[in-house]
Amino acid sequence: MRLFGKLIAAAAMSVAFTVNPAQAQDDVKIALVVKALGIGFFEAAHEGAKEAAEELGGVEIIYTGPTDTTAEGQIEVINSLIAQNVDAIAVSANDRDALVPTLKKAMDRGITVISWDSGVAPEGRQMHLNPSSNALIGEMCVKMAAEHLPEGGGDVAILSASATATNQNIWIEEMKKVLPNYPGVNIVATVYGDDLADKSYREAQGLIQSYPDLKAIIAPTSVGIVAAAQAVTDAGKAGEINVTGLGLPSEMAGHVESGASKSFAIWNPIDLGYSATMIAYNLATEKAMAEPGAEIPMGRMGSVKLDDNNEGAMAEPFVYDASNIDDFKDIF
Amino acid sequence: MISRFLKSREALLAGAIVLLTILIAIRFPAFVSAANLVRVFNDTSILIILALGQMMVILTRCIDLSMAANLALSGMVVAMLNAAMPGIPVPALIALAIAVGAILGAFNGIFVWKLNIPPIVVTLGTLTIFRGLVFVLSGGAWVNAHQMSDAFKAFPRAVFFGLPVLSWVAIFIVVLMTVLIGRTALGRAFYAVGGNPTAAVYTGIDVGRTRFVAFTLAGALAGLSGYLWISRYAVAYVDIAGGFELDIIAACVIGGISIAGGIGSVGGAVLGALFFGVIKNALPVVNISPFWQLAISGAAIILAVAFNARAERRRGRIILRQSEAAS
Repeated sequence: MRLFGKLIAAAAMSVAFTVNPAQAQDDVKIALVVKALGIGFFEAAHEGAKEAAEELGGVEIIYTGPTDTTAEGQIEVINSLIAQNVDAIAVSANDRDALVPTLKKAMDRGITVISWDSGVAPEGRQMHLNPSSNALIGEMCVKMAAEHLPEGGGDVAILSASATATNQNIWIEEMKKVLPNYPGVNIVATVYGDDLADKSYREAQGLIQSYPDLKAIIAPTSVGIVAAAQAVTDAGKAGEINVTGLGLPSEMAGHVESGASKSFAIWNPIDLGYSATMIAYNLATEKAMAEPGAEIPMGRMGSVKLDDNNEGAMAEPFVYDASNIDDFKDIF
Repeated sequence: MISRFLKSREALLAGAIVLLTILIAIRFPAFVSAANLVRVFNDTSILIILALGQMMVILTRCIDLSMAANLALSGMVVAMLNAAMPGIPVPALIALAIAVGAILGAFNGIFVWKLNIPPIVVTLGTLTIFRGLVFVLSGGAWVNAHQMSDAFKAFPRAVFFGLPVLSWVAIFIVVLMTVLIGRTALGRAFYAVGGNPTAAVYTGIDVGRTRFVAFTLAGALAGLSGYLWISRYAVAYVDIAGGFELDIIAACVIGGISIAGGIGSVGGAVLGALFFGVIKNALPVVNISPFWQLAISGAAIILAVAFNARAERRRGRIILRQSEAAS
């Protein structure tokens, strides 16, 4: 067993030495920790991070994450990053609280820690970058649903990711807050597809069956919105039930074309990865401080203003529909 | 004949499914409409195909944990090929998916047969390898609905005699398996190898080779399911069917297929899968919390195992050494 451990250590050392032999000692190492590898949204954020690194110069981006969306997986990844002694960690969290002890440990070692996209509790990070303000996202979802409802409104259902997903739950709360401004929108149910294609599809089918007068499904998750659009198409209700929410143009292009989705929104993940990298760099090199009221520059994206919780919003979500989807579907 | 069926586990399970359906219908009457029952069967089709594949493996006293990962890899291969070259006809792609799946299954089989590694260890390893390969192959990118050709997506949805092709495929596989298991030397060899490997050796059956064939056939069915899954949900990505391997095994166990090998039937596997399908499809319409769904499935597994343990005949004393089975 000890021999085995030595072998592993030796292998790890040799990998560490061979990955980047030409790496200068004073590069700023910024780790982008995502919810899981292999999700289009985060791949696009990685592109943005690389763009920021090129613009800044002397920055090495480490793009990493677990293979499934679990907090345990992220904790392992972050531990290995602490061992590598990176300068900054920018994480999109699978769990608001579970990552806190590990991230605290990172901050104790002098590593800059920020969260972006999906937040960590305030004690586990220096600041959090929301892609957009939660209120704007929630309102946008309801607005997109309301725009395509028939005269006098109709039944709308929400298909979320898992019941514990930090950002989805906040957005759903925000949706419910703005309902009085949209009297036609009648929310009948909230169901959870756990970000699995098959479960989301089945839940969407259940909604179509349970609520014969359903006019719209709001899915604030990129896996859910695709599955719901497919379920609506298969039920022969494309054009009758409008699937909207948050999705990626590349993944939704076919469903906009089929009429299952009239419009959907997303912030630009490339911009988000870019901004998170810029902020991490500025904090790690002490060009800016993360404190309530501070304004942290984000390169071409302007600057972000922090509130009392050290949270800031990047921009408002952007709506995609038949008129502009073709321009974006090949980008992300 | 009839009285024997009524005492069998399959009858008990069929009764349980009917009872479950009635309970659901009390809360949501539309659940028992013909159209909806067709939908439930269609939704369960892929699980039925996979459970039958798993059944062959379990009969030979092995287990295959890599089926869902095999499905994801085979599916990704054909989805990427379809996106790159829409001109390739769908039947060719289906044949390719089955071939890829069979090769992956054979990979498991070789390890079990030639290296004598316990199947649970082999397939635990290949599960991770296959998922990793999906990553490597796709670079983590999705294959989306608009990248797939219309014919690719339309095939499982086309309706004949009131049933989608997806359901017909499952029915065809059930018929095929019934013949294979009940009417061929190979099918009987599965039982012999799992029931008593030592005796199987003395009757001239090659235990390792039989297991290899079981793994390969299970892989082929996983490959077929890969195409069906990808085209049905019109999306392919790394996590497709994540965790599904456990559903497959659970369906087999509920269906009365003994993990100890040598006991089980095609009807049992199909009913086990249907039991799961009914629970999964009822959940969204009767507002039961997901926890209860898990609890119900779990209770069903425990109950099924308890019944099976009672029903399993007492084994004779092993006079011959186990090692002879490995020769």
